[in-house]
Amino acid sequence: MAIDRDEVLRIAELARLEIAPDAVERVAAQLSAVLEFAATLDTLDLDGCEPAVLAPDAAEGRPDVPGTRTFEPGVATAGAPEAEDDFFLVPPVVENLEP
Amino acid sequence: MSAPTLETWRLSAREVASRVRGGSLSAVEAMDAGWDGPAQAWEREVHAVAHTDRELRQAAAEAANTKGPLAGVPVLVKDNLCTTDYATTCGSRILAGWQSPYDATVIRRLRRAGAVVVGKANMDEFAMGSSTEFSCYGPTRNPYDLARVPGGSSGGSAAAVAYGLVPVALGSDTGGSVRQPAAFCGVFGLKPTYGRLSRYGLVAFGSSLDQVGVFARHAGDVADVYAALAGADPFDATTRPTPAPDVSAWDRGVEGLRFGWPENLWSRGVDACIVDALDRAAAALERAGAVRVPMTFLPGEYGVAAYYLVATAEASSNLARFDGVRYGHRGAASDLVSLYTRTRTEGFGPEVQRRILLGTYALSAGYYDAYYLKAQRARTRIRHEFAERFGHCDLMLMPVAPTPAFRVGEKTDDPLAMYLSDVFTIGANLAGIPGISVPMGLADGLPTAVQLLGPEDAEPVLLRAARALEVDGDRAALPRTHTTEFAWPGKR
Repeated sequence: MAIDRDEVLRIAELARLEIAPDAVERVAAQLSAVLEFAATLDTLDLDGCEPAVLAPDAAEGRPDVPGTRTFEPGVATAGAPEAEDDFFLVPPVVENLEP
Repeated sequence: MSAPTLETWRLSAREVASRVRGGSLSAVEAMDAGWDGPAQAWEREVHAVAHTDRELRQAAAEAANTKGPLAGVPVLVKDNLCTTDYATTCGSRILAGWQSPYDATVIRRLRRAGAVVVGKANMDEFAMGSSTEFSCYGPTRNPYDLARVPGGSSGGSAAAVAYGLVPVALGSDTGGSVRQPAAFCGVFGLKPTYGRLSRYGLVAFGSSLDQVGVFARHAGDVADVYAALAGADPFDATTRPTPAPDVSAWDRGVEGLRFGWPENLWSRGVDACIVDALDRAAAALERAGAVRVPMTFLPGEYGVAAYYLVATAEASSNLARFDGVRYGHRGAASDLVSLYTRTRTEGFGPEVQRRILLGTYALSAGYYDAYYLKAQRARTRIRHEFAERFGHCDLMLMPVAPTPAFRVGEKTDDPLAMYLSDVFTIGANLAGIPGISVPMGLADGLPTAVQLLGPEDAEPVLLRAARALEVDGDRAALPRTHTTEFAWPGKR
């Protein structure tokens, strides 16, 4: 299936990516080529094949219980681009708070 | 303590550990042998290492557990494994300078066993690539031919082991990223059974596919490292609670083992030198007492098609966390959405962006059933195919890649061609089974290799077969660094 220019821009917005205007057509062609190849699966007999949920059946592992290892907030924020008083700093999310 | 010779770098990890435990070699000497010899000659041109530091290396070697099974063994680890001493950046600008507050479980186990982590290996950004050309640090080159790629995405790890910097390295294998670079660089590369090596501290790409893997120049070294790392981890819910298979009999031989021979897979589109390597490997296994079982198998193109939908879907989800808030790079922006978009656009390279877009598309409303769900059904079919074949054999022999190492730049503008170089490796990840790449000597100066695949927990069988090929007596089947007449890669 071919992906057109508008579709590339739509999924880029979903993925929080910006595609340079002069690259959109090239990206569309590359993604289309991969998706056309993926259509190979249409020729595979999938009768009786349920979707694989995660990994091999035997690898279900143990119940997912909370770990005991924790980090002090300052350690967790040490690698952040901007942090203050052990908090991650971000631009304002809610604006015009004045009544 | 005797002075180490310039040839110390040639030693197997097993021999290094034995000498360090016995006191005839120090961990510092073992480490320096690689850095003072091969690295001086070749690191600048090969560029296998993304991060290292002389003082950190020295401190780690001096602190090594000199009684452990890997006592004093220098190890380079892929840049997507978290380490407290070196930055962990996944070869990406978006994680530039990011320092993990913890060691990955496999790193902790390496250190506990006495190994010395000497730095981080270059890689394709976020492990997305088959050539190690997509790194923000620039490409790694193949030590056998600097005009060619080392494979990927763990190309730095493979190249470092091949040229002699370290006897052992760690990588990760989501679709062949350990086995294919091992093949291109003429070393062993093991992708274990899904769930046998902890991924805690491995930066996630495709969570249902990712496995930590081992590079080495000797089959026995692969076994020793696997034994030190494998096992349940309370910090990784996908590790198996049962004891890992015992690989201590890796040198037991292959008498009576049955190996599948799915010749239809290489009837077209595979280089003659790879077919020759397969023929030589089969003959060697038969000489050692194994039995060939002819069979057919599903063409690998189905696996590639399924993989590039499943893996990209998982990647688009996993990489959503890189948004300029908690890690590394941040793009300048005045509102939150623009911050996310600017950060990700500036921070991710072209291949990562391409895969995120593809995965986002495969998961988006209206396309989920047609792509992602169908790919997951195909995955089930592929797992069934493997299970059926392993009812008739103990392992399967097949190519690792259709060709030896290709040229730098040859496939960078054609993503699909790059993806198809994984055609023989992807099936193991989709099925969660183990596989190992075994070097089979040079053809026109480039390494050739074969792949051995087994059912879940078949690592002991795979290592026995790998060892049988290693000792077959065909010197051409050995990595050149095994041999005393070996000269520095490229100086031939």
